[in-house]
Amino acid sequence: MREMTVRGIRVDDSFAEAFTMRATAVIITADSVRWARQAAATMTGFATSVIGCGCEAGIDIELSPRQTPDRRPGVRALLFAVSTGELQKQLQNRVGQCVLTTPGSACYSGLAGNETLKLGSALRFFGDGWQISKRFADKHYWRVPVMDGEFVCEATTGLTKNAVGGGNLLIMGRSAETTLAAAEAAVKAISAVPDVITPFPGGIVRSGSKVGSKYKASASTNEAYCPTLRGAVGTALDREVGSVLEIVIDGLSAPAVAAAMRAGLAAIVKLGPKRGALRVGAGNYGGKLGPHHFHLRDLLA
Amino acid sequence: MKPLVLAMRIRSEQRLDLSPLVPHRLDGTTAGEIARLALQTTRHPITLGDVFRVSAGDPRHIRIEGATDRLDQIGQDMAGGENVVEGDVGKQAGRSMRGGRLTIRGNAGHWAASGMRGGQIEITGAVGDRLGGPLAGETAGMRGGVVVVRGNVGERAGDRLRRGTIIVEGRAGARAGSRMIAGTLILCRRAGPLPGYLMRRGTIVLAGGCDELSPTFIDCGMHDLVAARLMAAFVGEHSRAAASAFRPPLRRFAGDMAVLGKGEIFAPTQ
Repeated sequence: MREMTVRGIRVDDSFAEAFTMRATAVIITADSVRWARQAAATMTGFATSVIGCGCEAGIDIELSPRQTPDRRPGVRALLFAVSTGELQKQLQNRVGQCVLTTPGSACYSGLAGNETLKLGSALRFFGDGWQISKRFADKHYWRVPVMDGEFVCEATTGLTKNAVGGGNLLIMGRSAETTLAAAEAAVKAISAVPDVITPFPGGIVRSGSKVGSKYKASASTNEAYCPTLRGAVGTALDREVGSVLEIVIDGLSAPAVAAAMRAGLAAIVKLGPKRGALRVGAGNYGGKLGPHHFHLRDLLA
Repeated sequence: MKPLVLAMRIRSEQRLDLSPLVPHRLDGTTAGEIARLALQTTRHPITLGDVFRVSAGDPRHIRIEGATDRLDQIGQDMAGGENVVEGDVGKQAGRSMRGGRLTIRGNAGHWAASGMRGGQIEITGAVGDRLGGPLAGETAGMRGGVVVVRGNVGERAGDRLRRGTIIVEGRAGARAGSRMIAGTLILCRRAGPLPGYLMRRGTIVLAGGCDELSPTFIDCGMHDLVAARLMAAFVGEHSRAAASAFRPPLRRFAGDMAVLGKGEIFAPTQ
C-alpha cells in the first residue's frame, strides 16, 4: 500500500468506507450537568455497534442552560440504527429505561426534521392516565408524574435518513501505551466536532472486526490487524507495529464525519510518532459496500 | 408596502359585521370593490364605503382607524396576515381565527377569540365575558393560538378552552377557565370567585390569587416543576408579567374534582 509521511507519521493512501444510516438526537437536561451526563451515559451505554446492540449511540455535545429548552444544563445524545423501526424501538426503550428513571431529568427533541420518531408520545403511557399534554406554538410536551415531581418529555424528535455510520481511523503504534495516547488525543479532538459520536468505550475500539467468520457469526476478529498473528496470517502490519486501535465515527451527515476524521487525524499527527502513532490507516471493504468514502489523503489537506 | 387603511367616517346606528375584512378575502380586490362590500346586520343596507374611507394598500396588512364597539366579528376566520384596529370593537373579535395576527388597540366585547384555532390576538384594553368561549351549541371554545389581553376580562374567560394559551394581564371576572377541556390560562392579577369551575383538564395560573377557590380543588403542595420553566419561556415572548407568574415554587391545586379532576391551578406561595 502506498503511504504518505506527515511529521514522521505514515498515513496510508486508503479510505474509510461508511454507510448510510437512520439517526436521531435527543437533548437531556437535569438539575446539574452531572445528572444530565449520567442519564445520557446510561442511555448510550451498550450501544457500541449495531451488530449486537441494536443501535450505536453516544454523547455529542454538552449544552449550557441558555441552549436548552428548560434553561437547565444538558447534553445532546445521538442514536444511529440501520432501520427506522429499530431506531424507534431503541429510542423508546433507552429513554424509557435510562432517562425517565434519572432524578430530575427531562428529554427534548435534539434534531429538527420533517420525519419524526415518537419520544414522549410513546413514554406518556407510564403516567397511567395522569400524564398531561402541553402544546406551545409548534412544540408538544408530555408531563408524566414521577416520584420526584414530573418527567417532561417532548412528544417527538426528528429523524434523518441521511446519517453516516462507519467513518474510522486505524491507529497503529509501537506499543499499547503510545497507541492509546494517540487514540485518546484523536477522540478528544473529535469530541469538539458537532453532530458526531464515537460510540465505542471512551471512543476507542480494540477489537476491529471483519465481515464473516469460520463459525456462525456475522463478524469476527480482523486478523490482518492483530499483531500477535503477524507472520501467521496475511498481515496488514509492519514489524514495528505492536498495537492497533480503531476509532469509529458516526455522524448526522457526511461532512460531519469528514470533519471528525480530519480533527482526529490532525491530533494524531500533532502528537507525533515518538509519543503516539507510527502509522494511520482506515478500514474499508474495497469500496463496493458503502456509498461514503473518506480518503485520508483528502483529510490531510 | 403600505397597509390597506379603513378610516371610520361616521358612527353607524346599526351593528356592523366586519367579518369580510380579513386579508385572505380581500386579496386581489380593488379599493372600489372593497368599498362596495355589504356590512349591515339589519334590513337597512349599508356598504363599507358608507362608513369607512378606504385608502388602497396591501390587503395582507389591514389597518382600521377610529373603530367603535358597533363593529363586530373583526378578524373572523382570519387565516394569515395582519389586522390592526385602532379603537374599541364589538363582539366576537377574532372569532374562529386560524392564523395571522390581530391587534386591537382598545377594548373588545364578549366572545373575543371565540373558537379560535391559531394565530395571535393582542387586545390592549379590557374584554367582555367568555373570552375564547364557545357560542351556544358549540362543544368547545378556543382550540389553538395565543391571546394576550393587557386589561381586565369579564366572566368565564377561557370557557371550554380546548387548546392554546390565554394571557390576561389585568383582573379576571368570576369563573375564569370554567369547563376547561385543556389549554393554558394565565391570570396575572387577581381573579374573581371560582376559577376553574368544572374544569376537566388544562392549566390555570393565578398569579394574583382569587376571591374564592372552589373546595373541589385539592391542594397538592408546593412544587418547582420543569414544565413551569417551559411555560414561562413560551409566554415570556408575549408577556413579561405572565412569565413572572411562573416564578417557583408554585402551589398546585388539582381539580375540579366535581368533574374529571385532571386540571390544575397554580398559585404563588403567598
